[in-house]
Amino acid sequence: MSYLEIKNLQKSFIVHGQPLAVLKGIDLTIEQGEIYGIIGFSGAGKSTLARCINRLETSDDGSITVGGVDILSLSKKELLKERRKIGMVFQSFNLFDARTVFRNIAYPLEVSDFPKKQIRQRVLETAELVGLTDKLDSYPGGLSGGQKQRVGIARALVSKPELLISDEATSALDPQTTLQILDLLKQINKTAGITILMITHELDAIRYSCDRMAVLEEGKIIEQGTVAGIFNNPKSRTGALFARVFAEFQNISLTEGAGI
Amino acid sequence: MSLLDSSLWEVIKASFQPAIWAELIKPIGETLYMTAISSVIVLIFGFILGIFLTVTCPDGLVPVKAPYITAGWLINVLRSLPQMVMIILMVPVARLFFGKSYGTNACIIAIAASCIPMYARIVESTLLEIGKGKIEAAKSIGSTNLQIITKVILPETLPGLIRGFTVAVISVISMTALAGMFGAGGIGDIAVRFGYQRFQHDRLFACVYILVILVQLTQGIGNFISNRILKTRNLI
Repeated sequence: MSYLEIKNLQKSFIVHGQPLAVLKGIDLTIEQGEIYGIIGFSGAGKSTLARCINRLETSDDGSITVGGVDILSLSKKELLKERRKIGMVFQSFNLFDARTVFRNIAYPLEVSDFPKKQIRQRVLETAELVGLTDKLDSYPGGLSGGQKQRVGIARALVSKPELLISDEATSALDPQTTLQILDLLKQINKTAGITILMITHELDAIRYSCDRMAVLEEGKIIEQGTVAGIFNNPKSRTGALFARVFAEFQNISLTEGAGI
Repeated sequence: MSLLDSSLWEVIKASFQPAIWAELIKPIGETLYMTAISSVIVLIFGFILGIFLTVTCPDGLVPVKAPYITAGWLINVLRSLPQMVMIILMVPVARLFFGKSYGTNACIIAIAASCIPMYARIVESTLLEIGKGKIEAAKSIGSTNLQIITKVILPETLPGLIRGFTVAVISVISMTALAGMFGAGGIGDIAVRFGYQRFQHDRLFACVYILVILVQLTQGIGNFISNRILKTRNLI
């Protein structure tokens, strides 16, 4: 059995009194320890899919199992416990401005029944992993985007989750910082064996870090497979479009006077 | 001294006479007492009511329609009453509690009834300003609703809550002055009895100075504390 299994997941929102289908029967399997990418244009339903996995969004139909646990049948109390095993990183970081970096990272331990005396030790370990040891007393307001996302990742990792959902984690960062964050995610995946679901619209991010990927279009997965397979031999229109855009950017020659 | 028979300058000079200020000490005490007690009551109940509205609203942590609508309706009713009408309306209530319908304590009830709904609305709009993403992050971490309120929403919106409370206290001060007309004593009482009924404008001016200083002081303290927090958090 695969680590994450999504079957026939459906979700619609009510917009102006009319139901609008956002996810139209998603089937997806992700193996333990892999980095799986989901790519799609804006409005394809990527974030909704991510948010259905830890039930931030309630789905209408289908099933989701994470590590053998049927997410949709959990009681409220069980759900809280299960959410602590699924870390989530956001595009807009969503750090707590009222807390120092240290207390941001400590937050998940504070709200769970983690032993108080061990909090400090665990936070320091995690901060070291993401390279934040010198910023522990700063407030998020004084950090750069890359540093903020490191805090976000540390906060998601501190309770040692089995799955990390990255919802456009690098989309608000500059290319160099993006690369550093992706390296960090890859390192975490390798050393801690955490399964990572990477949701993004950035081709580079997927190509750089993922093993397998899926292309999401208008609430359906229209293509899935290995990253190399989809980039080299796309079967769907969106897949082809992404591959072409990627190729075009690679081919831009930077000779003098070639610019606009 | 009155503006009817003296120049403005003479009245202003007279308003600084030690004799006038000596007589104002007791009313100032009454005003401060009413303001302090009322503000604490407004803070506690307005705060609880504001949190209740935020939590139960349709987008809130625990959306429950009927209590939310009822509370909102009640607040709107109370807020539609002018402060003076509220004082008159609370006369029988005050008699019930204190056995008499006038006096400082009786007016505190009216002030509370008028300012609690206002502060509740301020708290509500402040709490709703928090970024949805932060609440979502807290949920994804597995926080209970109580933890989200106490560990995320309240600390994050603290500077706004303090600024809102400043507005509420100033509103309380202005209402204590009005309550003076209805036997609550305080600065307002002096302004009405001497400034209005006896044309003693020097005393009226002295009352004005005190009210201006009180309000400025309140606003200054509120701004100072909230800016200090924002600076610590590197947000300004």
